[in-house]
Amino acid sequence: MNKRQAELDQIRAVAFAPDWRMRAVWLGFVAYVIYATGQLNFTWERFVVGLDRGATFLGRMFPPEFKRWELLAEGLLESLQIAIISSAVGILLSLPIGLLAARNLMPVAVTVPARAFIALARSFHPIIIAIIFVKAIGFGPLAGILALIFASIGFVAKLFAEAIEEISLKQVEAVRATGASFMGVVIMGVLPQVFSRFIGFATYQLDSNLRQSTMVGIVGGGGIGGTLFSAFRRFDYDFVCAILISIIAMIMIGELIASWLRKTFQ
Amino acid sequence: MSVTTNSPPSGPNWQRFTPAQRLARYAVYLVAVMALVWSVRNVSIIPEFLYDAHNQMADLLTRMWPPDLSYYPTTVHGALIETLHIATLGTILSIVMAVPIGLMAARNIVPFRVVNEFAKLILVASRSVNSLVWALLFVAIFGPGALAGTIAIAFRSIGFVGKLFAEAVEEASPGPVEALTAAGASWPALLLKGYWPQVQPAFWSIALFRWDINVRESAVLGLVGAGGIGLVLDTAMNFFQWTRVATILLAIFTVVVLAEILVTQIRKRLI
Repeated sequence: MNKRQAELDQIRAVAFAPDWRMRAVWLGFVAYVIYATGQLNFTWERFVVGLDRGATFLGRMFPPEFKRWELLAEGLLESLQIAIISSAVGILLSLPIGLLAARNLMPVAVTVPARAFIALARSFHPIIIAIIFVKAIGFGPLAGILALIFASIGFVAKLFAEAIEEISLKQVEAVRATGASFMGVVIMGVLPQVFSRFIGFATYQLDSNLRQSTMVGIVGGGGIGGTLFSAFRRFDYDFVCAILISIIAMIMIGELIASWLRKTFQ
Repeated sequence: MSVTTNSPPSGPNWQRFTPAQRLARYAVYLVAVMALVWSVRNVSIIPEFLYDAHNQMADLLTRMWPPDLSYYPTTVHGALIETLHIATLGTILSIVMAVPIGLMAARNIVPFRVVNEFAKLILVASRSVNSLVWALLFVAIFGPGALAGTIAIAFRSIGFVGKLFAEAVEEASPGPVEALTAAGASWPALLLKGYWPQVQPAFWSIALFRWDINVRESAVLGLVGAGGIGLVLDTAMNFFQWTRVATILLAIFTVVVLAEILVTQIRKRLI
């Protein structure tokens, strides 16, 4: 009986052995959280004071004020225009750049610079790109449009290149065997294979650009973001609430249209 | 069966799409072109600005060169570390909040539709508000600084983490859970031993992915006063210190690339 118990204990010890490595990782994790919280000067008092201020803040946000709806509509329309133009141009530019970055169709000398450009466009947040354009070419929707074009290339061209790298080369060879030119190969052999995925990336990017176009205004890139930021600065919190509600409504409509587009091109 | 004429082959006329599908596609193309034309005609762009844009960009880039690297150790390094802290703590906080909401949204955990829909509403609300707007809100509440940035990052990430986590939980196989139920396991034991081992890889992958995104996002929060390297960037820009701006941009670029490499490496090991 005792022997049996000892065996069971041994099995138990092996099956549920304490994982010291994981425990050390968790300990390090907790230590990090405490250290970082201290570094950033988080204190409970600040949090409590903030909660108090948050309550008054929320109180001043309601009811939302839609009286200045003309200003609101103007900003929203400008954001929409920024989103549409930057998506159209960005997606069109992504086609050649993505093609140049596809390693199965292009020589290394071409793919490396194309990939470097895409990585550069992808690494910076659209807002940072927008500030640079605002500083370079001045305030207004043009800066926002250029920034979002750049950001769109970073996303769509990368995924497009990856989609091209995954295609079946049999069809490409078949088209090539007929003596087709390079453009013929691309249009008849490559594009049909990636078109539906491309539509997917494009609608996703349209959706994402619509979100970002409401934000580039915060740094002066045109659109509703500028209106939002100045309303914040003037402590016009009921107008802020109205703007936020309309932005969210616009984004949700955009999401619906994007999902409907994807269904149409399935 | 020899084809001797050039006339089209008889038999059914194969077409890839139904007329309704084709009509829908053409309608989409038409609307897209119309939207583009409307936008181009109505957007308030000063054409001279557009024609001059490449000159202005080139001018700015020449003023940025060479980057003022001596600025890095004094100011940029500290701000960069703060940015990383904001991203990491924000991600952790968001996971703490997103896991219960994600569980509430998963239909196989909570069998009440009302609760599911309510949790999904929270997730959608979190995703619909941009991180900069969250940051503006929390700067107004907690005052400028890293606390506002961290909470903004956390609130922004709840939607993303919660949605993907809920989907991972819903995809979990019911077999082990049923076995545990049959053995009389308690509810926490079901979650911990039935679901957790199944969703663990997805969970780590989601957390790492979101951390990567948050490193990028936390770099801009400073522009609205929520701490991190964005604040230093904003100051340098307002004083037109372009060589310093170049240093900061280089630092952000390096950190973002390193974060991406780190995440890919960890994912390879973990999953």
